[in-house]
Amino acid sequence: MTALSANTRHRRWVRLSHWLVTVSFFALAFSGYEILMVHPRLYWGETGNDLTPALFELPISRNYHHGGWEKTEHFSKTSGSPLSASRSYEIFNQNGWGRSLHFLAAWVLVITGLFYLLAGIFSGHIKQRLWPAAKEFSARLFSKDFISHFRKIPPVSNGGNYGLLQKYTYMAVIFLLLPLTAMTGLTMSPAITAAYPFLLKIFAGAQSARTIHFFASFLLLLFLVVHVIMVIRSGFRQQMRAMTIGK
Amino acid sequence: MKKKYHITRRKAIVAGLTSLGGILLTGCVKKSPPTYGNLLRMGDALTYAAHRALLPGQSLVKEYQQSDISAFPATGTTNPGDPARRGDHEVAYSEAYARLHSGSFNDWRLQVEGRVARPGAYSLADLKGFSARTQITRHTCEEGWNAIAEWTGVPLRTVLNSAGIMTSARYVNFHAYDGYMESIDMLDAFHPQTILAYGMNGQDLPVPHGAPVRLRVETQIGYKSVKYLQRIVVTDEFVDTGDTGWAWYTGI
Repeated sequence: MTALSANTRHRRWVRLSHWLVTVSFFALAFSGYEILMVHPRLYWGETGNDLTPALFELPISRNYHHGGWEKTEHFSKTSGSPLSASRSYEIFNQNGWGRSLHFLAAWVLVITGLFYLLAGIFSGHIKQRLWPAAKEFSARLFSKDFISHFRKIPPVSNGGNYGLLQKYTYMAVIFLLLPLTAMTGLTMSPAITAAYPFLLKIFAGAQSARTIHFFASFLLLLFLVVHVIMVIRSGFRQQMRAMTIGK
Repeated sequence: MKKKYHITRRKAIVAGLTSLGGILLTGCVKKSPPTYGNLLRMGDALTYAAHRALLPGQSLVKEYQQSDISAFPATGTTNPGDPARRGDHEVAYSEAYARLHSGSFNDWRLQVEGRVARPGAYSLADLKGFSARTQITRHTCEEGWNAIAEWTGVPLRTVLNSAGIMTSARYVNFHAYDGYMESIDMLDAFHPQTILAYGMNGQDLPVPHGAPVRLRVETQIGYKSVKYLQRIVVTDEFVDTGDTGWAWYTGI
């Protein structure tokens, strides 16, 4: 086991924010799944509920296709009058702690994320380690690096010295997926969209924002799986040492 | 729009006795919503403080067109006067509500009391006597669904001003016929779109949606919009009914 050279070590603040993000991400994924179980239907546009068609539904709780509704009625006798129905089914709902845990963890993630961005900009971390170097903007290098991931990975990687594919992936997670989940999350808040109605415009409505939130979270979970696989394949012990004690 | 109905008959008696004790000891009212040493409630408190500190005042929520009105599920209590639910442990049955319903709500009165100069009881006709506000808004349920409807009613601030709300007032508490209770702060209480709604989609408010009058708090999640209103109590301090397990502030 070779020690990492000083200039490719993970800096202390990188290690700290990595684990804060890890803890908050697990809490967000866990509570987010619970929240999804309560209403496992996703829609496109401004509105969506049990009486309107869904984009798709997920069989992940007893609320899936529960069908516990009294007779559907129109609000008035005029044609095209909107529908209403009373629910007669006791749904699964643990959103009391689910929602509060989700937002508590979101605070940790957002504060850590802002800290990371500021530290990353002012320390040069983002420019030097995440942003691909000029000579790395090459399709040939990219495909070479991509293919190498399916071959045998050298046992010790370089700590904070990231590969090309690794750089693109981390950039996508940090600058695209995480901000997207935060922004679409805020778009589901009635107080925040009252103050910033443009959020409803850019995400094509509150239910679209919820659906985008779902897909972005799914991609983040996929990233987590691949990330852990790569950590194991490139030397779990060494990588854990690099991200904890920094050696 | 699901929230635990934390007042069953037994709980009501216990809560009544403890709140009586609380009033005697003056230990049950607080300046701000308590966190009970619970980490989740501390997160809720942070969200509330951040919204109040960072969001600009009383921004109006988006109002929609007639053509945007959607189907609207009725959840939670859908008829507090339904005798079939008399034995239901979760949904509080109200014989008083059943009587009012059979009398077309002619005898219904909304009590307004607490820190107001002129406490009183408002009939449906009294409320309709104030200038009305109609708004087509989006209802967001904590469960994840939402719906758009047209609401007609009187702005809450009109009623609070008519009752002579005192300058020391900090919270408005709403009591419903199904035993449900919620409170909001003055910023939301005086928000122009916070209304006591008696009309929905051009009709009288239907029973499943809270007849004869429900609250609409458009800047918060659906469970703040209390149905089947019975009594409004204005207080200087936060009335603590214990940790229900749900966030008090639900602007998010």
